[in-house]
Amino acid sequence: MAYRIDAGACTGCGACEFDCPSGAIKMKGDVYAIDAGKCTECKGVFASPQCVAACPSDAISQA
Amino acid sequence: MVQKVIPLDVISRVPRPSPEQSSGGCSSGGCSSAVAKSPDLPEHIREKIKEHPCYNEDAHHFFSRIHVAVAPACNIQCNYCNRKYDCSNESRPGVVSERLTPDDAVRKVKAVAAAMPNLSVVGIAGPGDALADHKRTFETFRMLRETMPELTLCLSTNGLALPDHVETIRELGIHHVTVTMNAIDPEIASKIYAWIFFGHERRTGVEASRILIERQLQGISMLTEAGVLVKVNSVMIPGVNDHHLEEVNAEVKRRGAFLHNIMPLISDPAHGTHFGLTGQRGPTPAELKELQDHLGSDAKLMKHCRQCRADAVGLLGEDKGQEFGLDLLPEEPQVDGEARRAYRAIVDREREDRRREAADAAAAVRQYAPEEPILVAITSKGGGRVNQHFGHAKEFQIFEVSSNGTRFVGHRRADRYCRGGEGEEDVLDLTIAALEGVTAILTAKVGRCPRQRLAEAGFDVFDDVGLDYIETAIARWLVERASEHGVAVRSA
Repeated sequence: MAYRIDAGACTGCGACEFDCPSGAIKMKGDVYAIDAGKCTECKGVFASPQCVAACPSDAISQA
Repeated sequence: MVQKVIPLDVISRVPRPSPEQSSGGCSSGGCSSAVAKSPDLPEHIREKIKEHPCYNEDAHHFFSRIHVAVAPACNIQCNYCNRKYDCSNESRPGVVSERLTPDDAVRKVKAVAAAMPNLSVVGIAGPGDALADHKRTFETFRMLRETMPELTLCLSTNGLALPDHVETIRELGIHHVTVTMNAIDPEIASKIYAWIFFGHERRTGVEASRILIERQLQGISMLTEAGVLVKVNSVMIPGVNDHHLEEVNAEVKRRGAFLHNIMPLISDPAHGTHFGLTGQRGPTPAELKELQDHLGSDAKLMKHCRQCRADAVGLLGEDKGQEFGLDLLPEEPQVDGEARRAYRAIVDREREDRRREAADAAAAVRQYAPEEPILVAITSKGGGRVNQHFGHAKEFQIFEVSSNGTRFVGHRRADRYCRGGEGEEDVLDLTIAALEGVTAILTAKVGRCPRQRLAEAGFDVFDDVGLDYIETAIARWLVERASEHGVAVRSA
């Protein structure tokens, strides 16, 4: 399982990339995308997925 | 030689043959009355802000700033902010047209410095929070420090991450930090902030506000102890924090902030902000002025803030950002250090000259101004002069004039929001509404039609000012007014 970013809602601010502990988020074109292979959903590390909690446009949800 | 390297019309005395100038738009600039308006500031602070347009009312007639938008991420959600909305006519904080990498930002600063020898300040104000993704902010400042050490650097933050970065701010020689702080009471703050992201968690409600306030106050104290100048911005939100800002003012002053800038909430449903959508209104100019007056002269208030976009370029009140889009920049801009030094020398002379003329004008104001204060609106594109055509003015500098003297009290804008397809007539209506309470309009030139409509709306319109300094123009208008009214007074 991994999380995904709704490209229509993403403003490209990069808060998710900054806060992702796994380096799983990179810019693709004008918006960000999550590498499902690297995403750990922050399990066992943080109470909630960091990208979801940090995203100002609530653009990230479970895939 | 000096004239050759100073292309700016800002400081020219002679009228231009044509109102259409190379800048290609209605730029506007400056404000304030001549002599430094912050007599309560210690000398070492005055020296530090001498060339900072945002902090020194006098300097902002002469020096330009650039905001580089390298910081799109934010760590809190304010109810007055929605960064998705961007219209090129839109002017408010948090809005940008393009995002920059640190390398792009440095290239842009160089290109602007090459075109504008009066560039003195580089700020990072978002469009998110400068310290949320601090790596981009500090990388940009680090490169600028190396390439153009004479620049003044500043940043704006909501303060949540501030305590973690005070050491880096000090080390990089960032001269000024602005902290936006809207409340010191968590209950009140919880009506302004939807959430914060802190300690790897999203937090809401009063708890979130309590953490934010604690971090803001701690950061302000740490900065002032480290010798960094701190300005506090507060957004005035009627019915939410308007009566609370007096307490905020006292607290941030106590912690050593040298300026407090109370800004009106900009609220419109079209912006899609929480406040915009829920009908929260901003304060009227009169309400803002009433609060500033109530806080009094020792409140260290700042009155010439323009609530710039996070990618603004130029003198305060003007924005040439669109002339410096990334695709328009040269690969390797060449900065002419000689031109920049020459500009500073000219400005030093002009400022001295203006101080002398203002002192002369003050005598006339004392003699001819009414006892009860009246408001006078000025159009200026910089240099401390009434040198802008009425039709080019997007904003007006407002001066309060009485037998006690002339005092700059703020700006009024007629183009605050994106205007869509409205025509010229509507703009004049907006202007007339924005100038409510103003007695006279002093401008470099005004057309016959608008002059008539302004007169019908009750304004005394005066354009026989010959590009005078603002203080001199006000004095001349008062003398003229007295000579016209003199007969009436005697015959009464």
